[in-house]
Amino acid sequence: MQTKNSKSALFPYAIWIALFVIAPIALIIYYSLQDLEGNFTLANYAAFFSTVYLKMTLSSFWYAFLITFFTLLVSYPVAYLLTKTKHKHLWLMLIIIPSWINLLLKTYAFIGIFGLYGPINAMIEVFGFDPQQILFTNFSFVFVSVYIFIPFMIIPIFNSLDKLNPTLVYAARDLGASSFTTFRRVIFPLTIDGVKSGIQVTFIPALSLFMITRLIAGNRVITLGTAIEQQFLVSQNWGMGSTIAVFLIFIMVLIMLFTGKNSKGGRA
Amino acid sequence: MRQLLQATIAIVIACALLFLAANQLQVTGGKGGKDTLTVFNWGEYIDPDLIKQFEKETGIHVIYETFDSNEAMLTKIQQGGSAYDIAAPSEYTVEMMKEKDLLIPLDHSKIPNLKNIDPYFLDLAFDPGNEYSLPYFWGTVGIVYNPTIIGDELTFDSWEDLWDPSLKGKVFLVDGAREVMGMGLNSIGESLNTKDDKILRTATDKLITLAPNVKAIIGDEITPLMINNEASVALTWSGQAADMMFENEDLTYAVPEEGSNLWFDNFVIPKTAKNIDGAHAFINFMLDAEVNAQNTDYVGYSTPNAAAMELMDPEVVEDERYYPDEETREHLEVYENLGLEWLGKYNELFLEFKMNMR
Amino acid sequence: MERLSPLAKTYLVLVFAILYAPILYLIFYSFNSAGNMNDFESFTWEHYAAVFGDSRLIVILINTVLVALLSGLLATIIGTFGAIGIVSVKNAKMRSVLLSLNNVLIVSPDVIIGASFLILFTFIGVKLGFASVLVSHIAFSVPIVVLMVLPKLLEMNTSLIDAARDLGATKRDVLMRVILPYIAPGIFAGFFMALTYSLDDFAVTFFVTGNGFSTLSVEIYSMARTGITLTINAISGLIFVITVLVVVGYYFVNSRSKQAKVGR
Repeated sequence: MQTKNSKSALFPYAIWIALFVIAPIALIIYYSLQDLEGNFTLANYAAFFSTVYLKMTLSSFWYAFLITFFTLLVSYPVAYLLTKTKHKHLWLMLIIIPSWINLLLKTYAFIGIFGLYGPINAMIEVFGFDPQQILFTNFSFVFVSVYIFIPFMIIPIFNSLDKLNPTLVYAARDLGASSFTTFRRVIFPLTIDGVKSGIQVTFIPALSLFMITRLIAGNRVITLGTAIEQQFLVSQNWGMGSTIAVFLIFIMVLIMLFTGKNSKGGRA
Repeated sequence: MRQLLQATIAIVIACALLFLAANQLQVTGGKGGKDTLTVFNWGEYIDPDLIKQFEKETGIHVIYETFDSNEAMLTKIQQGGSAYDIAAPSEYTVEMMKEKDLLIPLDHSKIPNLKNIDPYFLDLAFDPGNEYSLPYFWGTVGIVYNPTIIGDELTFDSWEDLWDPSLKGKVFLVDGAREVMGMGLNSIGESLNTKDDKILRTATDKLITLAPNVKAIIGDEITPLMINNEASVALTWSGQAADMMFENEDLTYAVPEEGSNLWFDNFVIPKTAKNIDGAHAFINFMLDAEVNAQNTDYVGYSTPNAAAMELMDPEVVEDERYYPDEETREHLEVYENLGLEWLGKYNELFLEFKMNMR
Repeated sequence: MERLSPLAKTYLVLVFAILYAPILYLIFYSFNSAGNMNDFESFTWEHYAAVFGDSRLIVILINTVLVALLSGLLATIIGTFGAIGIVSVKNAKMRSVLLSLNNVLIVSPDVIIGASFLILFTFIGVKLGFASVLVSHIAFSVPIVVLMVLPKLLEMNTSLIDAARDLGATKRDVLMRVILPYIAPGIFAGFFMALTYSLDDFAVTFFVTGNGFSTLSVEIYSMARTGITLTINAISGLIFVITVLVVVGYYFVNSRSKQAKVGR
């Protein structure tokens, strides 16, 4: 690709980065170095390395991992099957549309559905079992999070599967590859960019999920996002909130550098 | 490429149409008046018909904006950029705003309906002489419970009842550091404004022993959940309790005798105000006995307006759960502004309690 | 569905059922005369009537859609060119850095984005309202567009571009006739995801709005304390039904006209 053309294409994007990424980061770092009275301090960073926050960081990661894993597990087959349907683009749109209804409302609906007297438990009772506590468990938290991220994962995978040349698949089959081998050696490697994109748009925001930790998990799950939210809005300690945010961004950058190495095979 | 172009054009046309439609509606909405007044309040916290009535009577166009927490509102007013004429913060936020010099003193001569307010609710510690604020609604923190499920033995005259082993996994707590820590402090007979590390430690340790009984710590969704009998006991505000009892008649509400919190939401005029006369007129209008009675009926919280109470359904006004008598009120404490340092400590301890729930 | 096995069909039906369950649940209760989402008392249209009786709510709804469409469009344009730019960066490290910067807004909790944008806007002196909300929505939607377009660009065969250039195509031609058509699915995906971000955002909008401008999300969240009314269910039901009709309708009109063209 020609450099000059791309340089000018980058221009509005560069402005965006400067104004809405660099400037806020600078602001966050600035606040993270202040205590409650506005004095310069490193105390916030010291405070972050207490067991409470480290525990929280670990659990954030664990849940983000679980959520991403299950989202991928559910979404990949959906994306694959969708590409085989007759009206595939219509079906894809119908996957996206539910995400346009307000999340808080859908969460309230889930509270009703999962409730002790909700439809799920009604069904469980029909089969003769006792009602189960579904809400406020790790299961419901992961379930609803996966629900939220499914469209974000399906779309990039669908897009990379969609243009997959079917002759490649036939060729592999003709050469005697089993369907599993075909998938592992031909289909999956060719869709790896889409999968990576899907993982990024799931894992990164999952680290900072906050609302449903309270609504669906009843504060039994506490993520870094929740902690930041609390520091900013309840404790009004912008310094500590910013410090946690700095770590969150730092961790994200590490992940990007780590996964970036494998993907440098871009053909530009 | 054609596809992309077509889509772009379609979106631009749709936007233009929407823009026109919005403009059309806003004009018919009566934006023509010379004066506007921006009210910043909690969502669904006023009868919209009364706003229309106020607009009709005064010719002032009201812009109604909403917030979902005191702190978020505070940030917006502090940062400026929007001309809020009226806001409705809770009492500890009034104190904070006063401290930060974000309020304009009220001119009592422009609010003759001030006389309607029960003097008990005037001149309180968070705003002596009501220099900056007038109470809008008030209430308590207490326990909503369902006697048909947990039986009649627990009546929650005492906070200790929450620790009863029969309530394992049946209790909801509201997600507020002040409320939960306050409950812990009250249960060991201390003030909910305590600034003493040792006492706070004891209260937190006491709270941690409550963990097995706690089903979840949640926010506003506590209302639909209690209505649905998802849990049989909940620590919450009286206003939300009223909403719950309205929908689920099995529920009842109690304020333990060791003491609890007395809260107020108040009208204030922030420094961002542009229409100060209009703001006074609006406060005065909302304090009018008839208007206030109608509003209280709509919102369902407890009003400090004595004249309005006379016009309301006596069954509601005489209900001790909504309007506790003065003797009960003596046990209640209003939150003091703890200052950021102590607020931070309360939150850290609350976080510690939460982490112990798993 | 032509060659799908019954098992595959069952799986898809199940996923769709789960995706739509909460929405159908909301719509079901929007007809509840009891006014809550607990016990269904009897059927009523009153909540729908309330939607049309409330011109403030309708203005808010229009604002919401307007901001979503406009911010989606502009973010898609900026993001698409941003992605093309990122791919053109040859240095792998530099590219990772750019991508990291791109993702900062995705990983930052809304409160931080909202608060820092508010500080930024008041610092520059932008009047809070439609414009500040629109700009913020564009800002937080750009990264998702980039992430949606990127895989398409990465899998694009460079030989395509080389071939085009060998045939004498200008840079502009290459962009318009080769690159953009190829990555179009990614662009559409980016646009739709930007819509999702915009329609769902509460915290950022809350902080940067002002002077009477409000969106549906802000309205819904601030209702939570006193209880969300079924009017909101009704309006969401309407949005949902209309969207589905528009999408399905558009799809069939479009595919028919395509067929007609092929037939000619």
